[in-house]
Amino acid sequence: MWRRLAILPGLVAVWQLAALAAGGRAYILPGPWEVLLAGVARWDVIGEHALVTFAEVIAGLVVGGVCGAGTALLMASYRPAWRWLMPALVVSQAIPVFAIAPILVLWFGYGMASKVVMATLIIYFPVTTAFFDGLRRTDGGWLDLARTMGGTRQRILWRIRVPAALPSLASGLRVAAAVAPIGAVVGEWVGSSAGLGYLMLHANARMQVPLMFAALVTLAMFGVALYIAVDWLLRRALYWQRDTLPSED
Amino acid sequence: MSSIPSPSVHVHAARLAFAGVPLFDDLDFQLPGGSWTCLLGPSGVGKSTLLRILAGLESAGDQGQVVCGDGIPLSGRAAYMAQKDLLLPWLSVIENAVVGFRLRGQRAPKHQARELLAAVGLADRCYARPDDLSGGMRQRVALVRTLVEDRPVILMDEPFSALDAITRYRLQSLASRLLAGRTVLLVTHDPLEALRLGHRIHVLAGRPARLGACIEPPGKPPRDPSDPAVLAAQADLLRRLAAAAEA
Repeated sequence: MWRRLAILPGLVAVWQLAALAAGGRAYILPGPWEVLLAGVARWDVIGEHALVTFAEVIAGLVVGGVCGAGTALLMASYRPAWRWLMPALVVSQAIPVFAIAPILVLWFGYGMASKVVMATLIIYFPVTTAFFDGLRRTDGGWLDLARTMGGTRQRILWRIRVPAALPSLASGLRVAAAVAPIGAVVGEWVGSSAGLGYLMLHANARMQVPLMFAALVTLAMFGVALYIAVDWLLRRALYWQRDTLPSED
Repeated sequence: MSSIPSPSVHVHAARLAFAGVPLFDDLDFQLPGGSWTCLLGPSGVGKSTLLRILAGLESAGDQGQVVCGDGIPLSGRAAYMAQKDLLLPWLSVIENAVVGFRLRGQRAPKHQARELLAAVGLADRCYARPDDLSGGMRQRVALVRTLVEDRPVILMDEPFSALDAITRYRLQSLASRLLAGRTVLLVTHDPLEALRLGHRIHVLAGRPARLGACIEPPGKPPRDPSDPAVLAAQADLLRRLAAAAEA
């Protein structure tokens, strides 16, 4: 607990030192204090744009999570789906989302839709592969037992394979929570009229570097909070999972 | 409790090879109805595979077949109990006991499951998580799960081998009492366990595996392990097993 609390002032101190090393020029690297002042002074602007980005990220997380889990389930229950979808998935990952961001903005517009699509695309693959890996590695003993009990394929999937794979899905969702903001912000950079990415680009162009950093800090804090929230929710949902790492405190 | 008569089960002409090495070649094996048959033998000889053939988890080969004395197929009439308890960690004890019914989409006989859990001394643990139970308790839940299935044929693959001596002794007595009258196959590596529980004992040895002559210890199971006759039989069985391991 103390360690976690010590990290924040530690990071701020490193930042302050870096700002001093940069010569105290706020247009190159503003110190924490200047950024805090900018954040307080422009909290209404930051808040307004932050809400847009948060909404995009959360919508992307939900849509990407549902689509990813659905694809994994389809591949696990229907063999041809696995044969056809898996190569398509791998190829789709070879195309960086950054590269298709402009075309997505063209297709889905300057509004939130294109950013939600972007966040969805960036998390779809990790969620799908994590869950699918879990679904195909069910303990053989459980499956033997289920077969001798006369369980049907579908019921074995829902009552054994899926619950047994939930910890894997949770790993995928944790990655998703950490990377979803990237998708949304990249989308905002390419073309938008609102959101923290848009605000950062705007502030940067106008040499309002402290404001840009204030937006960045807001985004980072949101990212951390999102990860903690998702992690907490997943731990609650998977109550039977034991943490087997030795605890030090 | 069970009103279903327990049939005899025969494996005919089982033929199975792993990576070109024949495990069974024309193996015949018989489980007499309503009694315990124990199968002993060195590791890797194919005891568990034979049990898995009976459980329908492994094929008996092209010519091989599993038939029951009453002419009805075995599939759906055998319950399986493994060395691992195979409890699902996300389900409570009682939900684990009735999991077979959930998997078949049938109504779960929870009342019966609760009675059986009480019979094995777990009345107050019905809603506990498997992770909160000791190894012996978990295997008792697995035994209850097998009993709730209420199948005439029971296939057990070293179900007590992971337990400490006292817990194992108690569970053997419990299983012997609760599974009396059913057709039971118990695969084990413990000669004393086979002598305590089996009406008939076979030693499986060699490659391809051959079934040794049937041993029928005197008296009714569960036998007293301190009985000199049982101890003498154990010494004899150990000699046979040692010979089988060298063969």
